[in-house]
Formats: sequence, structure tokens, C-alpha cells
Amino acid sequence: MVASPAATGAKLGAKGNVRARRRVLRRRQMVGWLCLAPFVIVNALVILGPSIATIYFGFTDWTGVGAANFIGLENFRRLGGDEKFHAALVHVVIWTLFFISVPIIMALLGAFLLSQVRRFQMFFRVVFFIPYTIASVVNAAVWKNIYDSNRGVVPLLASLGITPLEGVALLGNQRLALPAVAWVDTWHWWGFLVVVFLAAMQAVDVDLYDAVKIDGGGKWRQFKDVTLPGIRPTLVFVLLITMVGSLLVFDYIYIMTQGGPAGATEVVGTLLYEHAFRLFEAGYAAAMGLSMTFLSLLIMALYVLLRRRGWDV
Amino acid sequence: MRSPIANLRKKSRNQVHVPVAFYVILSVLAFVAIAPLVVLTFNALKDPAEIGRNPLGPPSTLRLSNFADAWIQGDYAITMRNSVIITLGTVIGVCLISGLAAYALSRLDVPGTSGFVVYLFVGTTIPGQLFIIPLFFLWVRLGLVDTLIGVIIVYWALFTPFTTLLLRSYLLALPREVEEAARIDGANDLQILAQVVLPLAWPGMLVVALVAALMSWNEFFFAVTMLQSSEMKPVTTSFMAFQGRFSQNWALTSAAAILVILPMVALFLVLQRRFIAGLTSGALKG
Repeated sequence: MVASPAATGAKLGAKGNVRARRRVLRRRQMVGWLCLAPFVIVNALVILGPSIATIYFGFTDWTGVGAANFIGLENFRRLGGDEKFHAALVHVVIWTLFFISVPIIMALLGAFLLSQVRRFQMFFRVVFFIPYTIASVVNAAVWKNIYDSNRGVVPLLASLGITPLEGVALLGNQRLALPAVAWVDTWHWWGFLVVVFLAAMQAVDVDLYDAVKIDGGGKWRQFKDVTLPGIRPTLVFVLLITMVGSLLVFDYIYIMTQGGPAGATEVVGTLLYEHAFRLFEAGYAAAMGLSMTFLSLLIMALYVLLRRRGWDV
Repeated sequence: MRSPIANLRKKSRNQVHVPVAFYVILSVLAFVAIAPLVVLTFNALKDPAEIGRNPLGPPSTLRLSNFADAWIQGDYAITMRNSVIITLGTVIGVCLISGLAAYALSRLDVPGTSGFVVYLFVGTTIPGQLFIIPLFFLWVRLGLVDTLIGVIIVYWALFTPFTTLLLRSYLLALPREVEEAARIDGANDLQILAQVVLPLAWPGMLVVALVAALMSWNEFFFAVTMLQSSEMKPVTTSFMAFQGRFSQNWALTSAAAILVILPMVALFLVLQRRFIAGLTSGALKG
């Protein structure tokens, strides 16, 4: 099965020759570094190097081409007075609130019900998950059609006598565009969460449910007193990932509304992109990226701190 | 006192008596998840003229020629080829890079392993916006913008932190006795990797390949930034341009959309157990 013992020279003497063993260990570490080399090179080139460069460019007036002049905190001062950035931050907060509630509640509901049923469990799981496998551009197109004021769900509701939305183009409406886009992303994402939550729920001790049952507790109390505490680490981790991911949300807004109508869906992710690639203000865009990264670091630090404090999260 | 077996039997009988409401709610959720895609499929089969009269219902005809038209009008011969190359290149590279890295981080006692593992978490969650600007201009300098290999390299870096995490936890769970036996037989580390670990780690590798395929086929942010000429675009970003060109013909656009999603949906339906197992294991345990 395994070839050429002689060639390696790694045969350990039964006496445990210390020198030889050390040589083997060093050799193994060298092989280890060799195995890690492609990973290190690719990640340094694409992620680590450019991330560090962003830190530098955030303090310059770089346009994307040519030289970058160091201008200290000027970009951050400008961010403080940039009303578009402030509006984008408000939209990010709305988006985050939407995402730590709607998809998570839907997924908790779906996963809990699934954990209680036997028949068709696999079927529902697969159906819930399918939207997650679909490209964002297609999801966006599908929902643009459904939101269309002439051929979508709005005229269908109107024909059923539900008329408050009649004639409203959801994506063209200042107040409704942001939640409309957030719903599309939710629709794409929640089925993935169902699978994550279900996996966590299946690890919860079954006896705890029996204890609640003996107490005469119904399904709601089983959910509230056993399931929810049982999956708390997963839930908190999902909340963390959701918050950090929401800070620089981009795909669906860029595809569906490009930040419109009249800036009603502009978020930091799309604003950053605009400054970097359309307005040639790469330095200013870098400062935006840094500010958001700083916020995500704060959130993560809070998480780590809570864990250290002995919270079982 | 009841015996454990009687207990078990009682439990399984209990589970059959599920409130009907549960199935009703699950069906509503399933409807929400699948109805938009059913409408999409309906529309892809309609005559363009029918959509105005019947925008959401089932088609009265089966106009399969929509797909052929969309294929030709959307240059799918080119864009599908691009997507396949990007996905295959990404999958092969990700398997190789994260396979080697996970082996090193689970078996070879590399100093600083814990630091690497922290980076794997950071690299999994770091947003693209933080590094895309310098990366883009670096790629311009290196002549990698608007090339498939340029995007493939980006995807290698983007996905390997997560897949390495996945494979590492898979490898850590594998028993090490066979490897020790091979080592005593005189095999070196690379021989052990190729002849002992790889055959055992095969299911984990398959999961990594699936995850990488799904993520690279659907990726948007870097694809739209790095690939700008129409001969280089994958199916996803070229679908956006297609939509703009044929915004009046929703039947044709729906058929084009189906062409974009069909490969991944089919792959998922065939291998869904492994997909779901892979995406939820490892990293998301916290």
C-alpha cells in the first residue's frame, strides 16, 4: 500500500533516537509549511495585502490611479459631514433590524415545526433550501416581476378586492423600496437558516422536552423553555453573522434599485462602490470601508467579551 | 417503570400525532419559498403575448422555443462556457489549496496553527468591500482584470478560508490509526496524504467541491467588478445585461433566467443531502 520506506529515512529507531526524532519533526513542519504555501500566497495576494492597503488608502486622497497623498483624518472628517453617508447608515440600521427579525423568526418557526414532524421533513427542508441555491440576479428578476405594478402581485390583490397598494410600484416607492428589497434577500436566505437551526435543534436533549410535557406544557412552552435555550449558541452566532453581514450589504440593492429611488435604498455598500468606481474617490471609499469594518470589529469584540464573561453564547 | 424500548415506541407514536396546523404552516412556508420559482417556470413557457393577459398563472401553451431563443440571444454558448470554466477552475483550485492547508493544520503540527485557524474565521466573514478597491487596481496592473483566471484566483482566496475550516474539522474527526500504521511502515507525510488521508477524506472533499461550485456559479460582487467585456461575463452578470435588452419580453427573460439557475438547482436536487450537511457543519457551530 505504501511505498519505499528506505527513501524517507524517517524510520524511527526503537531506541528513540532523539536527534532523528527531532529531524523528523522538523521535516514534518517543513512539509506543513509547504502544504500551507498555496493558501498563504493566494490569501495574502487577494485578501490580506489589499486589506492592509485599504487601511493606508483610507488616509489618502487616492483616486484609484496615480499617486496617493497622505491627508490624515480628512476623509473621516468628511464622512462626519456627509449627509448621503448618514442616510446610508440609517438605511443600514433599518436593513439590519429587518434581517435580525424577519428571516430569523421565519427560520425558527420553520425549523421548530420541522423538528416536530416526521413525514415530509426531507421534502420541506429541500423546498425551503432551493431559493438559497439560486443566483442573486435571478432572484432579483423574479421578484421585480412579482412587484411589478401592472402584472405582479399588486393587481392580483386588487382584483381580489385588496386595494391599498393598487397602482403602487413597490420598488419605485420611497418608503416601500427598502423593505421590498430586504424581503427578496430574506426569501433567498431564510431557508439556509432553517437548515442551520434544525441541525442545532436535533442536538437538543430529548429528555428536556419530556420534562416539559410531564409538566403539562404545550408546544409553545417546549419551544420557549427547551428549544430556544438549547440552540442559543447557534442563534447568537447567526445574529452576529447577520449583523456583521448587514453592515456592508450590496448585491440585492445594487441589482434591484441601484440605491434609488432618489437615494431611498442607498446603503454604505453601494455608496462605497459608487465613490470607488464611478467618482474616482478610492481613498474616500476606503475610509468608508474602514469605518464599517471598525463597527463590525466592535460587534465581534462585544461577542467575545460576553463569551469571556461566562455567557454561554 | 417503563422500559427504554417502550419509551422509544411511545415517542415514535407521539411523533405521528402532529397537529394538522403544523403541516398547514409548513405548507404556507413552502408555498412562499417555491411559488415565485413556479411562476418563473410558467412564464418561461408562455408566448410573450400571453404574459400581459396572464402574468402569474400556468401557461396555455408550452413554448419551448423560448429557451432556444434565449440561448442564442443571450450568447449562452459563450457565457455558459465562461461560467463552467470559472466554476471548474475554482472547484479544482479550492479543493487542492484547502485540502493541503487542512492537512497541514490538522496533522503536521505547524507552529502557529491556532493563529491560522483564527484567520480562517476572519477570512470567512471579511466583507469584499474592505479589499476590493486596492485589489482591483492591483489586478489592473497585473493584467488580470477581465480575465477568467483573474476571477478564479479571487475565488480561491475568497472561498478557501471557509472550505479549509470545513475540511479541517472533517480531518480532525477521522481516526489516525491507519496513518500511524503507514508512518511506522516508513511512509512520508506526502505519501500518507495521497494514499491514506485522501481516500478517507473523500466525502469531505466532495462537500467542499459542491460548496465551491455553488458559491462560484452564483457569485456577483467580484464578477460584476472584474469581468466587464461581454465575451468574459459569466451567465449571472450577462443575465443582467440581457434583462436590460429584453425588458419588454418577460417570457424570453424568464427562459434566460432558467438557463442561469438550472445547473445549480439540478446539482442541488441530486446531491442535496451532502450539500446541506456540508453547509451547516463546521463553521456555523461557532
